[in-house]
Amino acid sequence: MLSKFQIFKIGFFDVAPHLLSVIPFGIIFGAIGIELGFDPIMTYATSLIIFGGASQIVFLQLLSGGASSLVAITSVGVINSRHLLYGAVLSEYLNKLSLIKKLFISYFIVDQGFAVSNNYFKKNSTQNFNHYHLLGSGVTLWLCWQISTIIGIFLGSIVPEALGLKFAIPLTFIAIIINELRKLDHLIVMLVSGLAATFFYNAPFKSYILISPLIGLFAAYLILKLKK
Amino acid sequence: MTWTSIFIAGFITYLTRMGMITLIDKDIFNENFRKILSYVPSVVFPSIIFPGVLLDDYGSLVTISDPKIYGALTAIVVGYFSRNVILTISTGLASYWILIFAQLKIAMI
Repeated sequence: MLSKFQIFKIGFFDVAPHLLSVIPFGIIFGAIGIELGFDPIMTYATSLIIFGGASQIVFLQLLSGGASSLVAITSVGVINSRHLLYGAVLSEYLNKLSLIKKLFISYFIVDQGFAVSNNYFKKNSTQNFNHYHLLGSGVTLWLCWQISTIIGIFLGSIVPEALGLKFAIPLTFIAIIINELRKLDHLIVMLVSGLAATFFYNAPFKSYILISPLIGLFAAYLILKLKK
Repeated sequence: MTWTSIFIAGFITYLTRMGMITLIDKDIFNENFRKILSYVPSVVFPSIIFPGVLLDDYGSLVTISDPKIYGALTAIVVGYFSRNVILTISTGLASYWILIFAQLKIAMI
């Protein structure tokens, strides 16, 4: 029988390889926040309060580009809606926990932590204290994200603007979705939403960021219909 | 104003995390809705990538010689074959910087 702390440690070790991408991403985010003209405290606050890398970048990028708060907030909601999917999968393993514990552990659900802990849950479904694995992976990712954001904020104030660090935004997102390129349906959906975004870019309040994903989702819906 | 937005965006993000675990019965999601949700990254990220590469700061299309296009292509090729996040971003940035630097040189001559 493994103790709570042992399971916590397994969570830490399972997620450790992912830190190789999380830490540079955090540094890039911090630097971009400064590059976009936000003050250090505000940039850092998004890491603490929103705690969702891609959505934080989009949020600051949209606000700095003159988007309305409504558009910026809605796009954060859209980007982070994938957590609903994670929650639906994890709820099966967490249903015995008290409400307080569920509320606490929820804050630490992120992509990489979900991936490794869900794997662990599937293999060890009969064991007690399994949620400590999710805490181990989640807290590790959280700590690294906070620290790397702060490092990035310092670096961002040193990097000269001529280097065009803003270009790291599309590059980072290319790295995030590169594996989906291998699937034809995803590739089509990507092209549709990407071209739609380019076409609608000058729509008022930067609403392209909501219009084009919707067009892309509609294309996905059509593909799903055709597949049947 | 920005602070308020940060708190609201944070609250909504937290709702997406805890909603399925505490409040909602996960069975309200039918299979189709889950499938559609799995496309979310593939529709959101290209909506940022494409304009970020193809448009300039003023929202006009860039020319075919723009370093951003070659930086992005490098990142896609490297990412596709290496499946390595850091390598993808760093080679994309490096090729972009090399091209900017080369263009500066040519402009000076």
